This record gives sequence, structure tokens and C-alpha cells, in this order.
Amino acid sequence: MQHKVIDTKDVVIRFAGDSGDGMQLTGSLFADMSAIYGNGLSTFPDYPAEIRAPHGTVSGVSGFQVHIGSEEVTTPGDFCDMLIAMNPAALKANAKWCKRHAMILVDEDAFDEAGMNKAGFKTDNPFVELGIEDRTLIIAPISTMTKESLKDSGMDNKSIIKCKNMFTLGIACYIYNRPLEPIYAYLDKKFSKKHPEVIAPNRKVLDDGFNYAANVQAIPNTYTVEPVKSAKKGTYRNITGNQAVAWGLLAASEKSGLPLFCGSYPITPATAILEELAIHKSLGAKTLQAEDEIAGICTAIGASFAGNLAVTTTSGPGLSLKSEALGLAVMAELPLVLVDVQRGGPSTGLPTKTEQTDLNQALYGRNGECPIPVITAHSPANCFYAAFMASKIALEHMTPVILLSEGFLGNGSEPWLIPDMKDYPEIKPPFASGSIPEGEKFHPFERDPETMVPKWAIPGQKGYEHRVGGLEKTPAGVLSTDPANHARMVAERAEKVARIAKDIPDLHVQGPESGKLLVIGWGGTYGHIASAFHDLREEGREVSYTHFDFINPLPQNTEKIFSSFEKILVCELNTGQFANYLRAQFPQFNFVKFNKIQAQPFLVEEIKEAILNEL
Amino acid sequence: MATLTAKDFKSDQEVRWCPGCGDHAVLAALQRALPKVSQALNYEKERYVVVSGIGCSSRLPYYMDTFGFHSIHGRATAISTGIKVANPWLTVWQACGDGDALAIGGNHFIHAIRRNIDINIMLFNNQIYGLTKGQYSPTSKFGAITKTSPYGTVEHPFEPGSLVLGAKGTFFARSLDVELALNEEIMTAAALHDGCSVMEFLTNCVIFNDGAHKALSDPSVKADHTIVLRDGEKMIFGKNRDKGLIYDGKKIRVVHIGEGGFTEDDILVHDSHANNIGIHMALADMKGPDYPVALGVIRDVKDVTYDDGVRDQVKEVMAKSKIHCVDDLLHSGSTWEVK
Repeated sequence: MQHKVIDTKDVVIRFAGDSGDGMQLTGSLFADMSAIYGNGLSTFPDYPAEIRAPHGTVSGVSGFQVHIGSEEVTTPGDFCDMLIAMNPAALKANAKWCKRHAMILVDEDAFDEAGMNKAGFKTDNPFVELGIEDRTLIIAPISTMTKESLKDSGMDNKSIIKCKNMFTLGIACYIYNRPLEPIYAYLDKKFSKKHPEVIAPNRKVLDDGFNYAANVQAIPNTYTVEPVKSAKKGTYRNITGNQAVAWGLLAASEKSGLPLFCGSYPITPATAILEELAIHKSLGAKTLQAEDEIAGICTAIGASFAGNLAVTTTSGPGLSLKSEALGLAVMAELPLVLVDVQRGGPSTGLPTKTEQTDLNQALYGRNGECPIPVITAHSPANCFYAAFMASKIALEHMTPVILLSEGFLGNGSEPWLIPDMKDYPEIKPPFASGSIPEGEKFHPFERDPETMVPKWAIPGQKGYEHRVGGLEKTPAGVLSTDPANHARMVAERAEKVARIAKDIPDLHVQGPESGKLLVIGWGGTYGHIASAFHDLREEGREVSYTHFDFINPLPQNTEKIFSSFEKILVCELNTGQFANYLRAQFPQFNFVKFNKIQAQPFLVEEIKEAILNEL
Repeated sequence: MATLTAKDFKSDQEVRWCPGCGDHAVLAALQRALPKVSQALNYEKERYVVVSGIGCSSRLPYYMDTFGFHSIHGRATAISTGIKVANPWLTVWQACGDGDALAIGGNHFIHAIRRNIDINIMLFNNQIYGLTKGQYSPTSKFGAITKTSPYGTVEHPFEPGSLVLGAKGTFFARSLDVELALNEEIMTAAALHDGCSVMEFLTNCVIFNDGAHKALSDPSVKADHTIVLRDGEKMIFGKNRDKGLIYDGKKIRVVHIGEGGFTEDDILVHDSHANNIGIHMALADMKGPDYPVALGVIRDVKDVTYDDGVRDQVKEVMAKSKIHCVDDLLHSGSTWEVK
């Protein structure tokens, strides 16, 4: 058989194994290496809620999908070109994601009777049973060869078997013509201090995996994916959404000159933000791992009162617990950023899976008339800008802000052209200044007539002693149950939030500016909807697209754009929360819902079909 | 710096507690104590922040002419923690009731003590929910008859002192609302204590739990039913100062001086700074009829504080790290160039 090297535009690889097999790491390494190589990239970790679910079972399968391309890549890909399945359960759970011509690599050693039984196979041929026998199958004794590779390493058997993911990575590197140097560099960096003895064995296994693939007849062709040629010049890095949120907050701290305080309680999938901030004390960030979600937000509110850029991070169930304190921040008119990395709900729901189902809670989930700005991010790297803007709005408008991220964004990663901080705007909180005349008092809720924003007087500021709290007050800060005062204060707090619209960017329509159909989405669905939209435009379809990053208030040109289309298709990963929100504000327009509620991202194909149904 | 007086700490807001409520006296003591604290520590008035949760006593910040935060039920301790960590220069005083601190806010209360964050918690313990008009609280006596326990409670109360010392608290003091001078003394000691100071004030709710602490506060029995502990002083009490506390090798005992061979020399001397928490727990746990209830500063020991720890760690990492601005951060780790 003639071996060919095929140049391809993009390729999707799915690494799957037991949750202890190291598939998240293997996938991340492959992604980082491809990013450094210069490919377009998008990743999607899909892992179980259990740290080590029962070994070998379908429920314990952990997956990591990487989509690399020679052009910009906006989604992790619907279906994969290559599936790497470390055991029968991984094969069973992921076979449905394989393309018609996919290559499937399995560890033959794991396909023994016990493994097949645990995965629930009824016959002794899993490929036939799953209907994938016509794919290119590479059945390799990975465990045996890893053991053989390391038999003289002096490592114990358990440590040796843990290295099988590196053997697999070596095979993948051969098939996709990836250089191994970035992985060597990773191993050196990771282990040089604490476990230098494991560097050489891991390198050896990686090399042996690569060489095995080069020699085995089962691999007919290899592939290359060239670096992106049209990429903008500059320095790039790979970044996850959670990391980008943390860094965006640090950027806002720097631009505002206020120290960052993060009070949070660990919760999947938001924890990585707290972890990331905890690393960066060198930028003055203080992190407090609170005793519970409520303490997380309340310590942040205290820090805000004391003059810090205050942040609390959480996911849906934590947002529920923080509701009352959010109301307090609204009433005390203190800046606060709450980051909600949404996951499948309700209740504990599907903690490691993604969804957009907290929108209603973010918009309405509090007692009383309690408006809070809500903003979102549309890609992992965009989380940096979103977190920066959430902080800027909070600090300049004296209000809590909810930043809705998603598990898909938080855990996903993509290459990012590193911005220059000098291109980011200053953040100027409305600090109270000057001295208070003798006999007069500071009025904490007296507003700027243009923005409706009150002044911020921070404890320590002489003469500005005042009291804030949850009880209704007059503009002077005096307790009041006067009916007219309450009506006034409710209206003023709402108006303050509404006027933020002047400070947010207008919507941008892709495709014709008017027509039959406008497709819209919000948050992390951007990549999938944009891909579907571009494919359909290339096919010559008459359709337009706009994406919302700012939910409350909406961009100022929203109504104008909507009025130019006969029908508006709202795509979201819930049962229609954004569509209902828009209907309430713009009952004159024809909104059509397209929803998915499987705690998984959209597939590009699904969106294309939904759009075509409306054309 | 101009000398501050009690008047400087009084706000222009009308005090709206019921006439006869014990909270008035604690507020007065605080307004008298803070000028002394300010002088001793050279604190400006703008350095004070008074925080509270929800309940009758939590109205206190409105009556203080300082920066104030009247927050939500149970969360005062978390708010105080955030304020102190964000700006350790501020001095934080917190007012909270037994329901606020020990029921809905119990979690924050024990964790602030565990962390030893430098805040001053004034726990107003009237053993009842006052603002909601008379339901039992976590400190109500077993069997207490209230609106939500018409046949008597069937649950044991918390002893705040046990809770504080059980969480390895570094400062615990107890007093009665009416003990103005002692309260000033306790508040000053709390202010000087670097760490989490808990002051339990046994307050009288004149409407819903009148006389709850009568067995301690009534002038006819007070001297025999309470003992005021002061550092370096013998633990002697009683109307005739003829009773004292000894340690018999197993536990603390009350003895009559001059009886059973006990002389004044046998009586324990109070040392709030002693590291041994056992004796402080025993003192805090004392109650009638066998023992007098201990008042005064029971425990006051030094330990590292959370706010110092956070601040020092930030400084330390800043000095070591190569990342000094966000641009440094963005370019840290693996990056690549597109030319």
C-alpha cells in the first residue's frame, strides 16, 4: 500500500478514555502543540461529574475534542475525523460522534472480556455492534507496548500503565505530522523540579508511540494541517474561557487602579477562575475561599464597600444562593462583578455539561424590583474582554453586574492574539471628592443627572461617613418608608441600569441589513451559529446574523435592526429564555425559537437545518 | 488630631429601640469606648466601619456617625470579613443578635473566628427574636415558651462562649447590657486585641423576653450569681466577697473562703492571655445554680490573623514574581509569533 501525506483544511480529533486515563491532559497537549504550530483551534472537554467514575463504564468516560484548521476555527467541530478510544466504554460512548470516514484508534488490551462486559457489549465485535466496522480501524496493543517500552525504566507497573496516554499521543502526532518538541518542553517544565525521573520515560513512550505508528501497516495515510496564513500578525497564546475571565478581571483592576478582591466558593465549572486568581497575587489580587456561596458574595460586597474591585464567581446553584446578597448590592449601589459559568440545571443538574439556562435567573431572580446588568462572552478568548467590560460597567455605573459565561466557554480554549493593555480604556469610578462643608452630610444616593450614577465614598474618606444597607433610603441615605420616595428610588435604580446602553457597543449585522430572516444568538453559541451562517451564505442563502454579548441593557440599535427583518430566529441552549425576554420588550416583531436542551453545545448541522426550515 | 468624644460617634438619626431595651446601654458604652480607643491607638473617626446584619440590634450602625453597613440577615460577619481583608487599615465593629449570628449566620460566625480575622463582634444575646416579635432563638433556654414554641422548646441552646472557644477563638468576653463601665472596658480590650474579638452582651428584651437575664442582673443576686474576671485578680465573688473559684485537679469548683481549709491563697488568678484554652472553656461554661456566670474578658490570646496573612502573602509573592503588570501576565507561559 502506498503511504500518502494528505494536506487537509481542518481535522477534528476526539480523545476518549476512562476518567483516570489522562484524556483531558492528552487532548490539551495536542491542542497546545497545534496552537504553537499556528493552527486555528477550538477545544471541547466533555467529562463526567465524578472524579473517578466506576472504571471501564460508559458513565465514566471522559472526552476531549480538538478541532484544528489551516484557517480560523470557531467551533470544536460537530463530528470527529479521528476517535481515540482507550477502552470499550469510550468507544461505545463516542462512536456516534465519528464521521463516515473517521479513523478509530483503540487500545486492543482494554478490549478483553471484562472490559467488553463493563461497557455492556453483547457480542464480541464491538465495531459491528456499533455499526462502525467500515471505518479505518487501528487496533493497537497500547498497554502492552507501553509496558514493553518502559520495562527497563525502573518504574512500577502502575506508573508505567499511566504513561499509555503518551504512547497514544505519539501515535496521534505521527498521523497528523505534529512536531514533538512542544511536548518535550511541557514534560521538562512540568516535572523538572519535583519528578525529574519521569521526564525520560514519558519522552521514550511518546517517541515509541510515534515510531510504532510510523511502522504499523494499519495507518494508510498521514495528514498535515498547515498553519493559518491569514492570521493577524502578533503574539498569540492559547487560553481557556475561565483563565480569560480571571485575566480580564486583573486587567480591569489595573486599569481602575483598584485592588482585586475575589470571594468565592469552589463550584464546577467555575472553580478555575478562583484558582487562576489565587496564583496572581503578584498583581495584588486577594482571593478568599469562602465558607459558602453566600459568604463568597458577601465578602465581595464588603470588599466593594471598602473600595476594591470586588468579584464573586459561581455557577447556577451558587447564583441561586447569592440572590439575596445581589439584591443588597443593588440597594447599596455598590460595584460588584458576579461571574456565573452556567452548567446544566436545574438544581445540581449536569455539573460538567454546558447550558444557557441561567438567563432568567440572572435577569429576574431576586425579590423586589431589582435590575442588574447582564453581559455575556461569545468565545473562550472573548471572556477577557467580557470580564473587563463587566468590571468597567460595575465600577463606572455603581452596580452589580452579572457576567454569564458557560461551561463550554470556561473549559474550552482557543488561540488568542494577545492584546496590548495600552489599547484598553481607562476605568474611572465616580469617586466622591472634595470636602464636605461643616454641618452638612454626604448623600450616598444623590445622582449624576446624566448617568443616574451616585458618587462612591469609601470608608477612610474624612467627612464622608454614611450608612448603606438593604433598607430603602432617601437620596440623602436616611431610612424611609415614604411611598413617593420608594417609587422614586425604584425608578432611579432602573434608569441607572437602562442608561448603561449608551456605553455599550452597537450590534453588528453580518449579511444583508434587511430581509426575510435574521438569525440571532447570545453567549457561547457564537462559533456554531457563525459557522452555520457562513456555510449557508456560501451556498447563496438570503439570511443575516447578529450576536448579542450585552443582554441587559440591550444595545441601542437592537430595535432598529429587528425592524428590518420579517422574522427573527433566536437560537439558544435553553427553552427560549432570551426569545421570551425579547418578546416582552419588542412584542411587535416575529420571533421564532430554536432551542436545544441536552446540556451539549449546538451542532453546526442542527443550526443549518433550523435556518433552512425558516427560509 | 482633635480628641474625639462620645458625641462625635452619635449620628443625627433618632434611636428607635423600645424604651428599656438593653441595646441602648450597649450603644452608649460603644460611643464612650471608641473615643478612648481612638486616643489609645491614634485612630481617626473615618477609620471606623460599623457593620450589622438584621434584627433589633442590627439597627446600631444608623446610630453611629461612622461609615456603616446595615446588611442582610446573618451575613454581617461575611461583610465585615470582606471589608477587613480589602482594607486592613479600617477598624471594623459588628453588631449582631443571637438569631443573626448563631442561627442564620452561624456558619460565617464560626469561620470568622476560625480564621481569626481582626474584627470586633458585639453579640447582643437576648435569647429571643425581637424584630419578628417573639420567636425562640438558638440561645433560648430549653423549654422556653415563645410564639413558635407555645408548649416550650424541645431543643438545647447554644452557649456562645463554647462556640467561640470551640472554634479556637482568640478573644471572648461576656457582660450584661447594664454594666456600662465593664462594657467600655471590654470594648477597649477587644479593640486592642489583634484578631477576632467576640463580645457577648446579655441584653434584655423588655417586650418579648423581659427578665431573661434577671438571675444575673438583679442587684439583689448579681454579686452571688456572677463573677467579673480581670487579669491578675483572684476569682473571688459574692456579696461578701467570700466565695472563690479553685481548680481541684479535675475541674473548677466554688469554695467558701475560710471554710473547709480553703484560704484566699487557694483561689485561682485570672489570666486571659494563658494559651491553655481548657481553663477558659471551663470559665465560659460556668452557670448557675452551682457556679457564677463569668463576666469580663475570659480569653485574649495572640495568634496570626487572617487579614495580615492575606496582605503579607500578596507582598511576598509580589516581591518574588516576574509578573508585575497585566502585559507581563498576558505574555507569560507558552506564546508564539505570527509574522
